[in-house]
Amino acid sequence: MSAATMRIALVGNPNCGKTALFNQLTGGRQKVANYAGVTVERKEGRFTAPSGRMLQILDLPGTYSFDATSPDEQITRDVLEGNYPGEQAPDLIVCVADATNLRLHLRFVLEVRRLGRPVVLALNMMDAARQRGIVIDVPELQRRLGMPVVETVAVKRGGAQALIAQVDGEVPAAAPAQPDDPLSRADLHAQVRELLAATVSMPRATAAIDDALDRWALHPVFGLAILAAVMFLVFQAVYAAGKPMSDLIGDGFAWLGGHAAAGLPEGPLKGLIVDGVFAGMGTVLGFLPEILVLFFFILMLEESGYLPRAAFLLDRLMLSVGLTGRSFIPLLSSFACAIPGIMGTRSITDPRDRLTTILVAPLMTCSARLPVYALLIGAFIPLRRVFGIFNLQGLVLFALYLAGIVGAMAVGWTIKRMRRDRSEHALLMELPSYRLPKPRDVAIGLWERGMVFLKRLTGVILALTVLMWFISTFPSPPAGATGPAIDYSFAGYIGRGLTYIFAPLGFNWQISLSLIPAFAARETAVAALATVYAVAGGEADSAGLSHALAANFSLASALSLLVWFAFAPQCMSTLAVIRRETRSWRNVAIAFGYMFAVAYVAAFATYQITRALT
Amino acid sequence: MVDRVDDAQTADPIAQRLRDLGFVQGEPVRVVATGPLGGDPLLIQIGSTRFALRRSEAARVLVSTEAAA
Ligand SMILES: Nc1nc2c(ncn2[C@@H]2O[C@H](COP(=O)(O)OP(=O)(O)O)[C@@H](O)[C@H]2O)c(=O)[nH]1
Repeated sequence: MSAATMRIALVGNPNCGKTALFNQLTGGRQKVANYAGVTVERKEGRFTAPSGRMLQILDLPGTYSFDATSPDEQITRDVLEGNYPGEQAPDLIVCVADATNLRLHLRFVLEVRRLGRPVVLALNMMDAARQRGIVIDVPELQRRLGMPVVETVAVKRGGAQALIAQVDGEVPAAAPAQPDDPLSRADLHAQVRELLAATVSMPRATAAIDDALDRWALHPVFGLAILAAVMFLVFQAVYAAGKPMSDLIGDGFAWLGGHAAAGLPEGPLKGLIVDGVFAGMGTVLGFLPEILVLFFFILMLEESGYLPRAAFLLDRLMLSVGLTGRSFIPLLSSFACAIPGIMGTRSITDPRDRLTTILVAPLMTCSARLPVYALLIGAFIPLRRVFGIFNLQGLVLFALYLAGIVGAMAVGWTIKRMRRDRSEHALLMELPSYRLPKPRDVAIGLWERGMVFLKRLTGVILALTVLMWFISTFPSPPAGATGPAIDYSFAGYIGRGLTYIFAPLGFNWQISLSLIPAFAARETAVAALATVYAVAGGEADSAGLSHALAANFSLASALSLLVWFAFAPQCMSTLAVIRRETRSWRNVAIAFGYMFAVAYVAAFATYQITRALT
Repeated sequence: MVDRVDDAQTADPIAQRLRDLGFVQGEPVRVVATGPLGGDPLLIQIGSTRFALRRSEAARVLVSTEAAA
């Protein structure tokens, strides 16, 4: 019995059930990483075969062909050929094909066979195939392909038994390698047709249920109505379930921080622990429930096959502003928080479209802007009816949301105009069959994304939070100081320095200063303003703060500040996630730079125009 | 029925991709649905697979209506 681990690579077309099969084989024992320099995920897992042999399984990205139009396909091909640096060629390739969709999937099987390596074909979704009355002559297929063929049902317990038995046995002999040229490519289709004719009988091309559902889901009117309803539901859920949990976590950490520091003497160390580490952790982890709720729904939509339908409905609209139908869900998520939105752009296969989506996502009005909007609108916009039915405060809030959306569209359009690469990027999206999402696959997906968030982001955000705490605490105020402590700190100096930049926007030094903590998390601007204006009762008493604000600055400044908040690059967590998802500081700089410019110009115009009018 | 897929430019990756996805001579295709705005994109069924194609992409595919057979 050989003790050496055997390396197995899973390949297949998108939607063949590869991920489900991978989960079935390896359970939770997976390692997710990225291939160096790109955002293509590398998933690896291991399990012990009945014979005691250790099997190491690599899940390669789903690919349609080896033509390498995307980084995924290039990597898949290189790994299989053993050409990927730092990656050993697999001992065995398991090619997964959807038994209900063999006309498309078999072609890729033939392409894999031409690599001249040992291949096993897993005919997945056999349950669905049987249900639809598809009959496959497996022995004949095996004979004609010259490779072992096993049936699997990736979503049923024990559905991969045959595959495990197969890979645990002898490694099959490889077919001779064949060159890859356009002529033989065309030939593959002819071979597929021949294979299908000889081995598969299919009563009808599509599942009746898909046709019926799509008649509604893709209907020009009902389809859009259904989409709107689904989105409404997701939003409600994020606010109803995610927000209270987020607040609970924030409070929990504040409480923990208080207790942890109870034994410590009063002083900077205590401040660091309570206000820096614990409050910072609270803010970071506070995002987690909302992110998980959102990802839960996105995964459900993805697994059920609805997501591509939504993309289909909205593609035209998104295309006109330089995006794609697939950008819709990430952008929508960004209304809750840009972080899950940007992480969700992974479902956009085209790198150029993905980058554009990432760049505009922070312009969507996220929930963290609301406290600031609420404070300023409450303080400056009179509660008045407009045209008898509208509430002026509500209208201003609506206008701010709209500003974000219009801004994003304008930016998307500008990026489209500016980029050098004007080539056509295809939609070319497969609409898979509808399926009931399987709890295990959803759970594993959630766990993976949650861990990515925690592992990669907490470090960066925590470090920045502590830095922020440091500059707003030191140096401590001199003895006998009368103003709030933050006045005397580095943040105070920086705030005053920033006034030179922000004075044309109508910001006084107090506002400029509050922009510094707002960079850590927007909602903290409210608390910061409360501190500098030394309002009795602090943040708890927002009515007092409203009065102080109304007494201290003009309507023009307030409107200008609102507009600033709508566009400005404020939340460093977002910038951190852009860095992580695009693996480039350059993109972070672009995002920061353009948002700063847009916010500055818009706020400047708002301030000057309002002043001229009032 | 697909006649052939034409390259919109030399070495057109989209046309190549279409051919890889099975848009080759003799395959029957059908427009199943169209998008809500301006009838774009198109939902094309080929074999048992459905693809969403923008009109500009679909324009590369030359089809002939099936002769009664
Ligand atoms: N009925 C059935 N559904 C399956 C089977 N394998 C996977 N699925 C479902 O097919 C969908 C796509 O599977 P996934 O693993 O995400 O495909 P991938 O794109 O190849 O990774 C998911 O909703 C799975 O639950 C199977 O054997 N039978």
